[in-house]
Amino acid sequence: MLPKAKQLFLRVLAPLLLFPLSVSAMAEEGGWLKGINMTPGVTEVSRQIYDLHMIIFWICVVIGVVVFAVMFYSMIVHRKSKGYKAANFHESTKVEIAWTVVPALILIAMAVPATTALINLYDTSDAEIDVKVTGYQWKWQYEYLGEGVSFMSELTTPDSEIYNREAKGQFYLQEVNNPLVIPVDTKVRFLITSKDVIHSWWMTDFGVKKDAIPGFITETWARVEEPGVYRGECTELCGQGHAFMPIVVNVVEKDEYNSWIAEKRAAAKAERELASKQFTMDELMSRGEEVYNRSCASCHQANGEGIPGVFPAMKGGAITTGPVEGHLDIVVNGKAGTAMQAFGNQLSEVDLAAVVTYERNAWGNNTGDVVQPVDVLKFKQGQ
Amino acid sequence: MGHVAIADQAEEELHEPGSFITRYIWSQDHKVIAIQYGITAIVVGLVALVLSGMMRLQLAFPNAFSFIDPESYYQFVTMHGMIMIVYLLTALLLGGFGNYLIPLMIGARDMVFPFLNMLSYWVYLLSVIVLLASFFVPAGPTGAGWTLYPPQSILEGTPGVEWGIMLMLVSLAIFIVAFTMGGLNYVTTILQARTRGMTLMRMPLSVWGIFIATILGLFAFPALFVSAIMMMLDHLVGTSFFMPALISQGETVSHDGGSPIMFQHLFWFFGHPEVYIVALPAFGIVSDLISTHARKNIFGYRMMVWAILAIGVLSFVVWAHHMYVSGMHPYFGFFFATTTLIIAVPTAIKVYNWVLTLWRGNIRLTVPMLFAIGFIFSFVNGGLTGLYLGNVVVDVPLSDTYFVVGHFHMVMGVSPILVIFGAIYHWFPKITGRMLDERLGKIHFWLTFLGTYAVYLPMHYLGFLGVPRRYYAYGTTEFIPDSAQALNVNITVAALIVAVVQIVFIVNVIWSLVRGERASGNPWDATTLEWQTPETPPRHGNWGDELPTVYRWAYDYSVPGREEDFVPQNEPLSSDELKESENRERGEGQ
Repeated sequence: MLPKAKQLFLRVLAPLLLFPLSVSAMAEEGGWLKGINMTPGVTEVSRQIYDLHMIIFWICVVIGVVVFAVMFYSMIVHRKSKGYKAANFHESTKVEIAWTVVPALILIAMAVPATTALINLYDTSDAEIDVKVTGYQWKWQYEYLGEGVSFMSELTTPDSEIYNREAKGQFYLQEVNNPLVIPVDTKVRFLITSKDVIHSWWMTDFGVKKDAIPGFITETWARVEEPGVYRGECTELCGQGHAFMPIVVNVVEKDEYNSWIAEKRAAAKAERELASKQFTMDELMSRGEEVYNRSCASCHQANGEGIPGVFPAMKGGAITTGPVEGHLDIVVNGKAGTAMQAFGNQLSEVDLAAVVTYERNAWGNNTGDVVQPVDVLKFKQGQ
Repeated sequence: MGHVAIADQAEEELHEPGSFITRYIWSQDHKVIAIQYGITAIVVGLVALVLSGMMRLQLAFPNAFSFIDPESYYQFVTMHGMIMIVYLLTALLLGGFGNYLIPLMIGARDMVFPFLNMLSYWVYLLSVIVLLASFFVPAGPTGAGWTLYPPQSILEGTPGVEWGIMLMLVSLAIFIVAFTMGGLNYVTTILQARTRGMTLMRMPLSVWGIFIATILGLFAFPALFVSAIMMMLDHLVGTSFFMPALISQGETVSHDGGSPIMFQHLFWFFGHPEVYIVALPAFGIVSDLISTHARKNIFGYRMMVWAILAIGVLSFVVWAHHMYVSGMHPYFGFFFATTTLIIAVPTAIKVYNWVLTLWRGNIRLTVPMLFAIGFIFSFVNGGLTGLYLGNVVVDVPLSDTYFVVGHFHMVMGVSPILVIFGAIYHWFPKITGRMLDERLGKIHFWLTFLGTYAVYLPMHYLGFLGVPRRYYAYGTTEFIPDSAQALNVNITVAALIVAVVQIVFIVNVIWSLVRGERASGNPWDATTLEWQTPETPPRHGNWGDELPTVYRWAYDYSVPGREEDFVPQNEPLSSDELKESENRERGEGQ
């Protein structure tokens, strides 16, 4: 019975009630109405925001009730049909001074907690961890400054769910391949920028929202108090994929973070060392297949045949069987005006070498070319 | 006494039209130009209304309609916003009501530059045509959002980057040319062509609102004009005003060293005063509607005038509150938050004065009055939610969410539209000589008013939940719970109903034009000059042989001791009043 009543309220009654009334009901913390007000979040800043929001809310309720009460009274009692005779008064200095002073006082009363919170919001000093957040159309890159660790974080919701060919999953449009990982109870500073258009990095639970602007670096910070998985999104219109670049932050215990970052650091180091190593054809082919299936197959298809008219075939393609230079160029730098992205900064040298080698030898392409990570490095440096 | 010379001009200098074409098409009569402006704005506004319906369909039923893909969705978003704000509201309130009301309310025969006035309309029409043309060019109109933020507005990945954005910028530039021609004309007319006795402090508040809004426009639109030109140069010639070095679609662009933030500053330096360019005429008109239909003088006329002026000045120092999350220095954030909250004070004064005007009036709930009261409701609600957004910290979770969408639609969408409807119901008898149908008007009001609440109130709740705006796809997610998606459906249904209800209005206008009850010259018993013209509708030149002389302010309603409950502005003072005013002057002199 009760769930049904709640359903009824959420779907039908809540939207129909007048604003002050419905939100005042929503404002009650906890209870069965929990979850339909702004979240208090999991940081000090987000709680300050929430508290200020509630102060403003009650001020608005009081002003609204008083103003509308006077209006309704007039409309009901002073109507022509009631035969009311109009009064004739047109000015009152006292009343008008009151009109001016009262709102001014209300605003000052609001400004005090607002300023305290404002100062806190901008205080990015003494951060223990610095994470550089870079926006791309349409994904995020996270770089742990000083750790040598950096990765891309992209939406994993398949098109089939977006276009209603499959049922939507639990985290529809809120799931990524590599979430950002940060430790709990630690001040993390986010340095936010963009490589192309303006994005905005928003984590509502942290009380954090900051634009990512090309050519600028903006700063913000968070000290999250509860471990968990938090989800946010891009909030500045950044082209047609704007709705498809969510943020997932995994907040973990400090120990867990330390071992995670150590692992990542070691992996990154190994990756850099690998770049100078010579690989055999077989090694490159098996690694290349993995990379291909992860990064290329969604367009060019696992069988290398692409989609005629949309995505070119790799099998017997002009580029995959042409000169190695041209092939590296398009993989590293992408192709303007098409969906082909630049993978130069997204994949490691080893991965780039492997995937190029794979594409040149799989599906009967059999060019026999072996591209080593060193070749990729040389190509990049030679540009 | 500059105004007397022009007011005494002979009739033939006023370009009395001869043929049908000079009377109705290439007309230099301010009343005809006003109607041309009005009809064009309403037609283009209907286009924007249809676009919003399409957006709502996608939001309620994600991807159920194959013709709405991400590209077209963002194109609808952009065109809806830009058309509504610039081509409908600005054009209708200033080009339409400004043109119609200014000369009639101040007792002039026409605008002081009638030819320029005509040119202003035709240039405006050109800008509309250029804008609408972008629907028919390859890749369609721009999908950059009405704010047109670079870099994305001129980079691959945004719809309409080939043609759409150029047509948008060109159209805006043309619009600003039209606005400047019209605006200079309105300001000059108000300053120079007022009839005898019409001092500035006797002008109806409608004229004050339009006057200050026009001045705001003359200062604010140039910022948009230069940013449009600079963006065109960035796009066409490869300059770097707004474009830093960046990588687009895997290629390094040829730009270097520009600042996207500079565009935001320029844009909002225009964009914020634009809110008041729309709001101030609405404030003015609503003051007159309330006073007339409550049969009571406006409370605190002087205060109302000063509030309009104060809002006008302050509106130029609040622009960066649109950029709290763009990463500004906290001191600037504090400065703009402070100015934003200060501007609430004169605005609050206006609201209190309207309420006190209603208080102990003799309220007639006519259709114009209903719309005027509806305006106060929506405006107060929209203004209160501004308190959240004006605070930097509370703005952080709310900016770019549906809370913002709800807020600005309430405050500068619904509110001015309600005033526009009220004004049309109010002045229609003067414009056409026939009354609009009262019953259809009431149906139109209630469905529109309640409908807009059903549309916009739930949006505030969506914003609290953190539903971002300008998202193509929602659907049920962990983050956007069932209740939010259900609301999206409710909103869409309500929005479609409101859109369809506007047919009632159109039917009412057309039916009343032909069959409506004939109106007397002053059906509302109003005091202002436009109701005192010798003919209804007023003929070319407005006043016949002799211009009216003004003896009193515009709000002499229910004056004690009078038989009628209104005294027109052009009625000479009675002997009692004369004595009283002499006493007052003597009192002030000492």
